Amino acid sequence: MSNIILLIIGMAVVTYLPRLTPFMLVYNSNTPPKLKRFLLFIPYTALGALIIPGVLTAIPNEPIVALIGISIGGVLAWMKGGIILPVLGAIAVVYCLLMLAS
Amino acid sequence: MKKKIDQEENQIIIKNVREGIIAGIPILVGYIPVAMAFGMLAKTVGTTFAESLLFSILVFAGASQFMALNLLAVGVGIGEIILATLLMNFRHFLMSGSLAARLKKGERALIPLLAFGVTDETFSVTMLKKGEVEASYVLPLQLISYISWVGGTGLGYLLGEVIPPILRNSMGIALYGMFMAILIPAMKASKTVTILALGAGAVNTLITYSKILPSGWSLIVTILVVSAAGVYLFPEEEETKDE
Repeated sequence: MSNIILLIIGMAVVTYLPRLTPFMLVYNSNTPPKLKRFLLFIPYTALGALIIPGVLTAIPNEPIVALIGISIGGVLAWMKGGIILPVLGAIAVVYCLLMLAS
Repeated sequence: MKKKIDQEENQIIIKNVREGIIAGIPILVGYIPVAMAFGMLAKTVGTTFAESLLFSILVFAGASQFMALNLLAVGVGIGEIILATLLMNFRHFLMSGSLAARLKKGERALIPLLAFGVTDETFSVTMLKKGEVEASYVLPLQLISYISWVGGTGLGYLLGEVIPPILRNSMGIALYGMFMAILIPAMKASKTVTILALGAGAVNTLITYSKILPSGWSLIVTILVVSAAGVYLFPEEEETKDE
Protein backbone atom coordinates (compact mmCIF):
# COMPACT_ATOMS: atom_id res chain seq x y z
CA MET A 1 0.00 0.00 0.00
CA SER A 2 1.42 3.34 -0.97
CA ASN A 3 2.21 6.03 1.55
CA ILE A 4 -0.44 8.33 0.17
CA ILE A 5 -3.17 5.73 0.60
CA LEU A 6 -2.03 5.18 4.20
CA LEU A 7 -2.12 8.92 4.75
CA ILE A 8 -5.63 9.20 3.32
CA ILE A 9 -6.92 6.38 5.49
CA GLY A 10 -5.29 7.86 8.58
CA MET A 11 -6.75 11.26 7.83
CA ALA A 12 -10.16 9.72 7.20
CA VAL A 13 -10.09 8.11 10.64
CA VAL A 14 -9.02 11.23 12.54
CA THR A 15 -11.57 13.28 10.63
CA TYR A 16 -14.44 10.89 11.21
CA LEU A 17 -13.93 10.26 14.92
CA PRO A 18 -14.39 13.89 16.05
CA ARG A 19 -17.51 14.03 13.88
CA LEU A 20 -18.99 10.86 15.35
CA THR A 21 -18.16 10.73 19.07
CA PRO A 22 -20.22 13.77 20.14
CA PHE A 23 -23.37 12.10 18.82
CA MET A 24 -22.64 9.15 21.08
CA LEU A 25 -22.14 11.48 24.04
CA VAL A 26 -24.88 14.06 23.56
CA TYR A 27 -27.65 12.40 21.59
CA ASN A 28 -30.39 10.90 23.76
CA SER A 29 -28.65 11.91 26.96
CA ASN A 30 -29.84 14.51 29.39
CA THR A 31 -27.58 17.42 28.66
CA PRO A 32 -27.14 19.85 31.56
CA PRO A 33 -28.67 23.26 30.70
CA LYS A 34 -25.32 25.04 30.78
CA LEU A 35 -23.77 22.58 28.36
CA LYS A 36 -26.84 22.86 26.17
CA ARG A 37 -26.45 26.61 26.06
CA PHE A 38 -22.77 26.23 25.25
CA LEU A 39 -23.64 23.93 22.36
CA LEU A 40 -26.32 26.37 21.23
CA PHE A 41 -23.76 29.16 20.92
CA ILE A 42 -21.31 27.16 18.84
CA PRO A 43 -22.81 27.86 15.41
CA TYR A 44 -22.45 31.60 15.93
CA THR A 45 -18.96 31.63 17.40
CA ALA A 46 -17.89 29.18 14.69
CA LEU A 47 -19.32 31.39 11.95
CA GLY A 48 -17.68 34.51 13.37
CA ALA A 49 -14.33 32.74 13.55
CA LEU A 50 -14.72 31.13 10.12
CA ILE A 51 -15.32 34.51 8.48
CA ILE A 52 -12.85 36.65 10.43
CA PRO A 53 -10.01 36.88 9.53
CA GLY A 54 -10.13 34.13 6.85
CA VAL A 55 -12.12 36.25 4.40
CA LEU A 56 -9.07 38.47 3.94
CA THR A 57 -7.35 35.63 2.11
CA ALA A 58 -10.44 34.45 0.18
CA ILE A 59 -9.17 36.06 -3.04
CA PRO A 60 -5.44 35.49 -3.61
CA ASN A 61 -3.53 38.74 -2.92
CA GLU A 62 -6.70 40.87 -2.97
CA PRO A 63 -7.87 41.42 0.63
CA ILE A 64 -9.71 44.66 -0.23
CA VAL A 65 -11.63 43.03 -3.07
CA ALA A 66 -12.59 40.19 -0.73
CA LEU A 67 -13.76 42.70 1.88
CA ILE A 68 -15.90 44.58 -0.62
CA GLY A 69 -17.35 41.30 -1.91
CA ILE A 70 -18.33 40.02 1.50
CA SER A 71 -19.73 43.42 2.49
CA ILE A 72 -22.03 43.37 -0.52
CA GLY A 73 -23.00 39.82 0.43
CA GLY A 74 -23.73 41.05 3.95
CA VAL A 75 -25.85 43.96 2.74
CA LEU A 76 -27.85 41.66 0.47
CA ALA A 77 -28.33 39.21 3.35
CA TRP A 78 -29.49 42.06 5.59
CA MET A 79 -31.94 43.53 3.10
CA LYS A 80 -33.17 40.53 1.13
CA GLY A 81 -32.26 37.48 3.22
CA GLY A 82 -31.84 34.06 1.64
CA ILE A 83 -28.49 32.50 0.79
CA ILE A 84 -28.23 32.20 -2.98
CA LEU A 85 -28.61 35.94 -3.64
CA PRO A 86 -25.88 37.08 -1.22
CA VAL A 87 -23.53 34.36 -2.52
CA LEU A 88 -24.06 35.19 -6.18
CA GLY A 89 -23.98 38.93 -5.44
CA ALA A 90 -20.63 38.61 -3.69
CA ILE A 91 -19.18 36.52 -6.53
CA ALA A 92 -20.45 38.98 -9.16
CA VAL A 93 -18.95 42.00 -7.38
CA VAL A 94 -15.59 40.28 -6.91
CA TYR A 95 -15.57 39.17 -10.55
CA CYS A 96 -16.26 42.71 -11.77
CA LEU A 97 -13.58 44.21 -9.51
CA LEU A 98 -11.00 41.63 -10.63
CA MET A 99 -11.89 42.30 -14.28
CA LEU A 100 -11.48 46.04 -13.75
CA ALA A 101 -8.14 45.55 -12.02
CA SER A 102 -6.73 43.24 -14.69
CA MET B 1 -56.13 5.76 10.70
CA LYS B 2 -52.67 4.21 10.77
CA LYS B 3 -52.46 4.66 7.04
CA LYS B 4 -53.31 8.33 7.33
CA ILE B 5 -50.54 8.87 9.85
CA ASP B 6 -48.09 7.09 7.54
CA GLN B 7 -49.13 9.34 4.74
CA GLU B 8 -48.60 12.45 6.80
CA GLU B 9 -45.21 11.17 7.84
CA ASN B 10 -44.28 10.56 4.24
CA GLN B 11 -45.31 14.05 3.33
CA ILE B 12 -43.13 15.48 6.08
CA ILE B 13 -40.19 13.43 4.85
CA ILE B 14 -40.71 14.56 1.25
CA LYS B 15 -40.92 18.15 2.42
CA ASN B 16 -37.74 17.75 4.46
CA VAL B 17 -35.85 16.17 1.58
CA ARG B 18 -36.88 19.00 -0.73
CA GLU B 19 -35.89 21.63 1.83
CA GLY B 20 -32.58 19.87 2.42
CA ILE B 21 -31.75 19.80 -1.28
CA ILE B 22 -32.62 23.48 -1.70
CA ALA B 23 -30.58 24.39 1.38
CA GLY B 24 -27.65 22.45 -0.10
CA ILE B 25 -27.49 24.43 -3.35
CA PRO B 26 -25.46 27.35 -1.97
CA ILE B 27 -22.96 24.83 -0.59
CA LEU B 28 -22.75 23.28 -4.05
CA VAL B 29 -22.00 26.71 -5.55
CA GLY B 30 -19.28 27.21 -2.96
CA TYR B 31 -17.81 23.71 -2.97
CA ILE B 32 -17.33 23.10 -6.68
CA PRO B 33 -14.70 25.83 -7.20
CA VAL B 34 -12.90 25.03 -3.94
CA ALA B 35 -12.91 21.30 -4.73
CA MET B 36 -11.65 22.06 -8.24
CA ALA B 37 -8.82 24.06 -6.72
CA PHE B 38 -8.02 21.03 -4.57
CA GLY B 39 -8.03 18.75 -7.62
CA MET B 40 -5.70 21.10 -9.48
CA LEU B 41 -3.34 21.38 -6.55
CA ALA B 42 -3.36 17.60 -6.03
CA LYS B 43 -2.24 17.21 -9.63
CA THR B 44 0.62 19.69 -9.30
CA VAL B 45 1.78 18.03 -6.06
CA GLY B 46 1.98 14.76 -7.93
CA THR B 47 -0.81 12.59 -6.55
CA THR B 48 -2.66 10.37 -9.01
CA PHE B 49 -6.22 11.03 -10.14
CA ALA B 50 -7.49 8.10 -8.06
CA GLU B 51 -5.66 9.33 -4.95
CA SER B 52 -6.99 12.85 -5.28
CA LEU B 53 -10.53 11.46 -5.56
CA LEU B 54 -9.93 9.15 -2.62
CA PHE B 55 -8.94 12.14 -0.50
CA SER B 56 -12.29 13.78 -1.13
CA ILE B 57 -14.29 10.55 -0.91
CA LEU B 58 -12.84 9.40 2.42
CA VAL B 59 -11.79 12.56 4.20
CA PHE B 60 -14.35 15.13 2.98
CA ALA B 61 -12.75 18.01 4.87
CA GLY B 62 -11.51 20.88 2.73
CA ALA B 63 -9.12 22.70 5.01
CA SER B 64 -7.24 19.60 6.11
CA GLN B 65 -7.05 18.21 2.58
CA PHE B 66 -5.35 21.41 1.39
CA MET B 67 -3.09 21.33 4.40
CA ALA B 68 -2.14 17.71 3.68
CA LEU B 69 -1.12 18.58 0.12
CA ASN B 70 0.96 21.53 1.29
CA LEU B 71 2.71 19.43 3.92
CA LEU B 72 3.24 16.55 1.47
CA ALA B 73 4.81 18.98 -0.98
CA VAL B 74 7.38 20.11 1.58
CA GLY B 75 8.10 16.55 2.64
CA VAL B 76 6.45 16.34 6.07
CA GLY B 77 5.90 12.77 7.30
CA ILE B 78 2.46 11.17 7.19
CA GLY B 79 2.29 10.72 10.97
CA GLU B 80 2.66 14.44 11.48
CA ILE B 81 0.11 15.23 8.78
CA ILE B 82 -2.41 12.91 10.42
CA LEU B 83 -1.83 14.56 13.79
CA ALA B 84 -2.26 18.02 12.30
CA THR B 85 -5.49 16.80 10.66
CA LEU B 86 -6.84 15.60 13.97
CA LEU B 87 -6.09 18.97 15.50
CA MET B 88 -7.64 20.89 12.66
CA ASN B 89 -10.79 18.79 12.58
CA PHE B 90 -11.38 18.82 16.28
CA ARG B 91 -13.68 21.77 15.75
CA HIS B 92 -16.10 19.31 14.18
CA PHE B 93 -16.27 17.67 17.58
CA LEU B 94 -17.92 20.83 18.85
CA MET B 95 -20.14 21.17 15.79
CA SER B 96 -21.30 17.55 15.96
CA GLY B 97 -22.09 18.01 19.64
CA SER B 98 -24.10 21.09 18.83
CA LEU B 99 -25.97 19.26 16.08
CA ALA B 100 -26.53 16.17 18.23
CA ALA B 101 -28.31 18.33 20.82
CA ARG B 102 -30.75 19.49 18.15
CA LEU B 103 -31.26 16.21 16.29
CA LYS B 104 -34.71 14.66 16.53
CA LYS B 105 -34.88 11.65 18.81
CA GLY B 106 -35.23 8.18 17.34
CA GLU B 107 -32.85 8.61 14.42
CA ARG B 108 -29.95 6.72 15.96
CA ALA B 109 -29.49 4.35 13.03
CA LEU B 110 -28.63 7.21 10.70
CA ILE B 111 -26.06 8.82 12.98
CA PRO B 112 -22.93 7.14 11.54
CA LEU B 113 -23.87 8.48 8.10
CA LEU B 114 -24.95 11.86 9.34
CA ALA B 115 -21.77 12.33 11.37
CA PHE B 116 -19.62 11.71 8.29
CA GLY B 117 -21.26 14.63 6.52
CA VAL B 118 -20.55 17.25 9.18
CA THR B 119 -18.46 20.07 7.71
CA ASP B 120 -18.26 23.77 8.57
CA GLU B 121 -20.66 24.47 5.74
CA THR B 122 -23.20 21.65 6.13
CA PHE B 123 -23.26 22.32 9.87
CA SER B 124 -23.83 26.06 9.47
CA VAL B 125 -26.65 25.59 6.97
CA THR B 126 -28.24 22.79 9.00
CA MET B 127 -28.40 24.94 12.10
CA LEU B 128 -30.50 27.49 10.18
CA LYS B 129 -33.42 25.15 10.56
CA LYS B 130 -35.62 26.13 13.47
CA GLY B 131 -36.46 23.66 16.22
CA GLU B 132 -35.62 19.99 15.95
CA VAL B 133 -33.46 18.87 13.05
CA GLU B 134 -34.45 15.71 11.22
CA ALA B 135 -32.17 13.33 9.36
CA SER B 136 -34.45 13.51 6.33
CA TYR B 137 -33.44 17.17 6.04
CA VAL B 138 -29.74 16.87 6.94
CA LEU B 139 -28.81 13.86 4.80
CA PRO B 140 -29.93 15.26 1.41
CA LEU B 141 -28.20 18.54 2.26
CA GLN B 142 -25.00 16.67 3.08
CA LEU B 143 -25.30 14.41 0.04
CA ILE B 144 -25.47 17.39 -2.36
CA SER B 145 -22.43 18.87 -0.65
CA TYR B 146 -20.55 15.56 -0.80
CA ILE B 147 -21.29 14.98 -4.47
CA SER B 148 -20.19 18.50 -5.38
CA TRP B 149 -17.01 18.09 -3.30
CA VAL B 150 -16.01 14.77 -4.86
CA GLY B 151 -17.20 15.76 -8.33
CA GLY B 152 -15.44 19.12 -8.14
CA THR B 153 -12.19 17.38 -7.14
CA GLY B 154 -12.34 15.17 -10.23
CA LEU B 155 -13.25 18.08 -12.51
CA GLY B 156 -10.43 20.20 -11.13
CA TYR B 157 -7.89 17.44 -11.62
CA LEU B 158 -8.98 16.76 -15.19
CA LEU B 159 -9.82 20.18 -16.58
CA GLY B 160 -9.00 22.80 -13.98
CA GLU B 161 -6.94 24.85 -16.38
CA VAL B 162 -9.96 25.38 -18.63
CA ILE B 163 -11.66 27.77 -16.16
CA PRO B 164 -10.39 31.35 -16.57
CA PRO B 165 -8.31 32.34 -13.51
CA ILE B 166 -10.36 35.47 -12.72
CA LEU B 167 -13.59 33.50 -12.55
CA ARG B 168 -11.85 30.81 -10.51
CA ASN B 169 -10.53 33.40 -8.07
CA SER B 170 -13.88 35.17 -7.77
CA MET B 171 -15.48 31.94 -6.61
CA GLY B 172 -13.21 32.07 -3.56
CA ILE B 173 -15.67 34.45 -1.96
CA ALA B 174 -18.63 32.04 -2.32
CA LEU B 175 -18.32 30.15 0.96
CA TYR B 176 -17.69 33.35 2.90
CA GLY B 177 -20.75 34.90 1.29
CA MET B 178 -22.70 31.87 2.44
CA PHE B 179 -21.41 32.15 6.02
CA MET B 180 -22.44 35.82 5.99
CA ALA B 181 -25.88 35.00 4.63
CA ILE B 182 -26.40 32.59 7.52
CA LEU B 183 -24.97 34.84 10.19
CA ILE B 184 -26.50 38.23 9.32
CA PRO B 185 -30.18 37.31 9.87
CA ALA B 186 -29.26 35.66 13.18
CA MET B 187 -27.36 38.79 14.22
CA LYS B 188 -30.31 40.94 13.20
CA ALA B 189 -32.57 38.94 15.48
CA SER B 190 -30.32 38.69 18.52
CA LYS B 191 -27.82 40.95 20.23
CA THR B 192 -26.27 37.93 21.95
CA VAL B 193 -25.49 36.36 18.58
CA THR B 194 -23.96 39.61 17.34
CA ILE B 195 -21.66 39.89 20.33
CA LEU B 196 -20.66 36.22 20.18
CA ALA B 197 -19.91 36.26 16.45
CA LEU B 198 -17.93 39.51 16.52
CA GLY B 199 -16.15 38.40 19.68
CA ALA B 200 -15.18 35.13 18.02
CA GLY B 201 -13.88 37.00 14.98
CA ALA B 202 -11.80 39.27 17.20
CA VAL B 203 -10.37 36.42 19.29
CA ASN B 204 -9.60 34.36 16.21
CA THR B 205 -7.84 37.31 14.55
CA LEU B 206 -5.79 37.87 17.68
CA ILE B 207 -4.75 34.21 17.95
CA THR B 208 -4.09 33.88 14.23
CA TYR B 209 -1.87 36.95 13.83
CA SER B 210 -0.12 36.87 17.19
CA LYS B 211 0.88 33.26 16.44
CA ILE B 212 0.68 32.39 20.14
CA LEU B 213 -0.73 28.99 19.17
CA PRO B 214 0.39 26.60 16.43
CA SER B 215 -1.72 27.05 13.29
CA GLY B 216 -4.76 24.81 13.35
CA TRP B 217 -5.47 25.61 16.97
CA SER B 218 -6.96 29.03 16.57
CA LEU B 219 -10.44 28.03 15.34
CA ILE B 220 -11.01 25.39 17.98
CA VAL B 221 -9.69 27.52 20.84
CA THR B 222 -11.76 30.49 19.69
CA ILE B 223 -14.99 28.49 19.46
CA LEU B 224 -14.38 26.92 22.89
CA VAL B 225 -13.42 30.10 24.71
CA VAL B 226 -16.01 32.44 23.23
CA SER B 227 -18.90 29.95 23.54
CA ALA B 228 -17.94 29.28 27.16
CA ALA B 229 -17.65 33.01 27.84
CA GLY B 230 -21.12 33.37 26.32
CA VAL B 231 -22.59 30.93 28.81
CA TYR B 232 -21.33 33.12 31.66
CA LEU B 233 -22.09 36.48 30.05
CA PHE B 234 -25.56 35.55 28.84
CA PRO B 235 -26.93 32.98 31.26
CA GLU B 236 -30.55 33.95 30.56
CA GLU B 237 -32.63 33.52 27.46
CA GLU B 238 -32.99 36.77 25.56
CA GLU B 239 -36.57 37.92 25.55
CA THR B 240 -36.43 39.42 22.08
CA LYS B 241 -37.56 38.40 18.64
CA ASP B 242 -35.10 35.52 18.90
CA GLU B 243 -36.73 32.80 16.85
